Amino acid sequence: MAPPADTRLQLETARLTALYGRRAVVKDVSIPFPVHTVTAVIGPSGCGKSTFLRCLNRMHELSEGGWVTGRVLLDDADIYEPGVDPVRLRRRIGMVFQRPTPFPTMSIYDNVAAGLRVNGGRARAELDAAVESALRRAALWDEVKDRLRHSALALSGGQQQRLCVARALAPEPEVLLLDEPTASLDPAGTQRIEELCQELKRRYTIVIVTHNLQQAARVSDYTAFFYLGNLVELGRTEQLFTKPTEERTEAYITGRFG
Amino acid sequence: MEPLATPEPRWRVLRGVNAGDRWYRAALTGLALTLPLLLVALVGELVVSAWPAIRRFGLPFLWSSVWDPVAGVFGAAPMIFGTIASSLLALLLAVPLALGVAIYLSEFAPKWLRQPVAFLVELLAAIPSVVYGVWGIFVLIPFLRSYVVPPLRATLGWTPFLQGVFYGNSLLAGGVILAIMIVPYIAAVSREVLLAVPAAQREAALGMGATRWEAVWTAVVPYGRAGLIGAIILGLGRALGETMAVTMLIGNRHDIGMSVLQPAYTMAAAIANEFSEATTNLYLSALFEVGLILFVITVAVNGLARLLIWRVARGTAVGSRAL
Amino acid sequence: MSARRLRRRVVSGLMTTLVGVLSFVAVLALVLILGYLVAKGASSLDWSFFVNNPVPAGQSGGGVANAIVGTMIVVGVAALIGLPIGIGTGLYLAEYGSGRLGWIVRFVADVLNGTPSIVVGILAWTWLVRPMGHFSALAGSVALAVLMVPMIARTTEEMVRLVPHSLREAALALGYPRWRTSLRIIARTALAGILTGCLVGVARIAGETAPLLFTALGNLNFTTSVLEPMQTLSLQIFTYGTGPFDEWHRLAWAAALVLMGLVLLLALAARWALRSRHGAAR
Repeated sequence: MAPPADTRLQLETARLTALYGRRAVVKDVSIPFPVHTVTAVIGPSGCGKSTFLRCLNRMHELSEGGWVTGRVLLDDADIYEPGVDPVRLRRRIGMVFQRPTPFPTMSIYDNVAAGLRVNGGRARAELDAAVESALRRAALWDEVKDRLRHSALALSGGQQQRLCVARALAPEPEVLLLDEPTASLDPAGTQRIEELCQELKRRYTIVIVTHNLQQAARVSDYTAFFYLGNLVELGRTEQLFTKPTEERTEAYITGRFG
Repeated sequence: MEPLATPEPRWRVLRGVNAGDRWYRAALTGLALTLPLLLVALVGELVVSAWPAIRRFGLPFLWSSVWDPVAGVFGAAPMIFGTIASSLLALLLAVPLALGVAIYLSEFAPKWLRQPVAFLVELLAAIPSVVYGVWGIFVLIPFLRSYVVPPLRATLGWTPFLQGVFYGNSLLAGGVILAIMIVPYIAAVSREVLLAVPAAQREAALGMGATRWEAVWTAVVPYGRAGLIGAIILGLGRALGETMAVTMLIGNRHDIGMSVLQPAYTMAAAIANEFSEATTNLYLSALFEVGLILFVITVAVNGLARLLIWRVARGTAVGSRAL
Repeated sequence: MSARRLRRRVVSGLMTTLVGVLSFVAVLALVLILGYLVAKGASSLDWSFFVNNPVPAGQSGGGVANAIVGTMIVVGVAALIGLPIGIGTGLYLAEYGSGRLGWIVRFVADVLNGTPSIVVGILAWTWLVRPMGHFSALAGSVALAVLMVPMIARTTEEMVRLVPHSLREAALALGYPRWRTSLRIIARTALAGILTGCLVGVARIAGETAPLLFTALGNLNFTTSVLEPMQTLSLQIFTYGTGPFDEWHRLAWAAALVLMGLVLLLALAARWALRSRHGAAR
C-alpha cells in the first residue's frame, strides 16, 4: 500500500482530521506523498477529497468553522505548528481550482507575476524571466507571448486554466495541488492539462483531486480512494485500478456507485 | 503522533502572524465604528437639545395646536397633522401610478422598452428637491389653480376636503409634488419585488386559463404583496422626511384643516422655515423636539418597510439601491 | 361562458392599457419637469450667468458664479470626508461584517439612510456652527458627509459582495495575505461598481438644500474659504425661487437647469462606469 521506504516524502499527512465545527468531513487520514510523483485523490461527491486537499495548504481553516487535528508535514515540518505563517506556507504550495480564475483586472503578465510580486519586489528583468519560465512550463508561452499585456479574460477557458497553472508555478512552489482542474474544460483543454501533469511531476510533487476515474488512471502514480471522509485504500494506480484490495474501492471503480 | 488539538479555530486565523492583516482589520473596523457612534451622537444630541421643550410641554406637545413663539408656547399638532396628511395624500396619488409602472415594466412592457422607461422613471429620483419646488411654484400651482381645482370643486366641492379659497400654496400642492417625488422609489422597489416572484406563479395561472392581466393580478401581485406594501411604506418614509419642495408649496401655516385647498405645515418644513428665526432657547428646543419626533417617526416607518421587503426578498439586495 | 370570457379579455386589455398609460404619465411628469427647466432656464444661460456673482436685490443681471464654485467646494469637501469613511465601512462589511458588529453597522447605516436631511442639518449646526460661532461651508460639508457615508457604505458592500468567492480563494492560495486580497484583488475587481456608487452618492448630495440651510447658509459674495458661509446652487435656487422679484425667478430657473445638468452628468457617468466594466466581465 505505501511507497517504498527509501523514497523521500515531500508531503505527508499524519492522522489528519478536518472538521467544520463538530462535524468531521475528513477522518484520520495518513497519506505519504513521495517527491516528484502524482497522487490522485478519488471518491464520490461529498467524500471529503476537496476538503482534504485544502488542508494541505491551510485553506480549509478559512472556511466558516473549519479546523483540523493531526499533522501535515512539508519536508518533515508540521505546517500546523503554532507560529507557522499560513500566508508564507501557501507560497510554497501552489493550488489550481476547478474553474479558471484569472484576476480580471490584470493582464496575462500581471496574473502570472502576481504570486511573485506579493512576495516582495523584484527587478524587472527577473520578473520577465520568471513569467516566461512559468508560462513555458504551463505550455502557454507560445500562445500568449505576443499579448502579455492584454487582459487575461481574452483567453479561452483552457488557456485561462493553464494561465492559472502558470500563476501557481511562478513562485516556484514545491507542491502543486489541483482541485478538479479539468472539470470545466473541453476535451482538448483537458488533454493539455493532463499532459502538463506528466511533465510537471519532474519538478514538483502533485496532488490531484478528480472525479474522472480515467483521468486518475492516466495521470497519477498513486491513487487514494476516499469514502465518507475515510481513506479506504491507497496504492499504486495500476494496482488500485486493476486489483483493488477493498470491496468499496472496487464498487466505486466499476461504477456501482458514485 | 500526538494530535495537535486546535480548540479555537477562529482564533488561529485571527492570531495569524501577519501584521498587515491586523492593521487592515483595525483600520476598517475603526472606520466602520463611525456609523454607530454617529447615530448615538445624533440621537443623543437631539434628545439633549429637545429636552427643555420636552420637560416644559410634556406629552401635550403632540396634540396642542398653539404655536406662539412670542408667548413661548409651542404645540406641534398642526405640523404632525400636516406631515401625515400630506404624506397620505401623496401615497394616494403615487401608489396607483408607481404600481402601474412597476407592473407594466415587469410584466407587460416590450423588452426593448423596459430599460429606457425604467431609467426615465428612476431619473425622477435624481431631481433635487429644490428643483421640484421651483417647478411646483411656477408650473404646478398655476396648473392646479386653472385646471384641477375648479373641476374638483364643481364635482366634490360639497365635501369638507375642498372648502375655502385656493391661493396656491396648499396641502394639495404639497401632496401632489410629494407624490411625484416618491413615485420612482415605490416603482423601483415594487418592480424588483415583482421580478423576484417566481415565474412559475404566473405560468401556473396562465396554464389554468387566466388572461394576462388576471395572471398578474391574482397570482404574481399577491405573492409579492408583503414586498409591495414594504415598497409603499418606503415611499411613505421618504415623503415624511421631504423638506424643500414641501416648504415651498405647502403654505407653511400652523393650521389643522380638512380642506386640501388650505395652507398647511409639515415638521420638516417648520424646521426649515423657523430654525433661523428661533430667538429664544425654548423656541429652538421646541424645533429640536419637532426634529426628534420627525426622526423617530421616519426611522420607525423605514424600519417597518425594510422588514417587509426583507421578508419577501430575504437576503437579496432589493431595495437598497440609491438611484 | 363566451360572454364572460369576452368580458375578461376586455378587462385584461383595458388594464394592460391602463398600466401602460400610468407609466406614460410617470414619464410625462419627468418630461414636463425637464422640459420646463430647459424652456424657462436655457435662455438665461449666457456667459455672464456663469461668470458673475449675484447683484443686489431688485437689480437685473448677475450670475451664479459663486454658487457654482460653492457647490463644487462644499460637495468636494464632503466627498473628501465621506468617501473614505463610506468605502472603508463598506469594505469592512464585506470582509469582516458577518459578525455582530457587522450587523449593528448595517442596521445603523439603514437607519441613517432614512434620516431626514433637515435633521442632519440642525445637528451639524449644533456640532459645528454653534461652537464655531459662525456659519461655514465646512459645517455644510460635514452635514453632507453624514448623509453620504451610510449610502456609500451600503453600495460598496453590495458591489464587493458581487465579486465571486473563487477569486478570493485563488488569491489566498497564491499566498496573498487577507488584507492584500481584500484591497488588491477584490476591491480592485469591484472598483467600477464602487465608483458608480460614489458618483451616485455625490449626485445625491450635490442637489441637497435642507442640510445646508443652517450650516453653509449661503453667501452673496464669492468665497473659497471653507470657514466662511458659502453659496451653493441649491441654496441659490431656493432663495431666488421663493423671492419676490421676477428677475430672481428667471435666475432660479437657470440655476435649476445648471444643477439638474450637473446631477444628470454625474448619474450618467455612474451608468457609464458600470457599463464599461461589462465588457471585461468576470
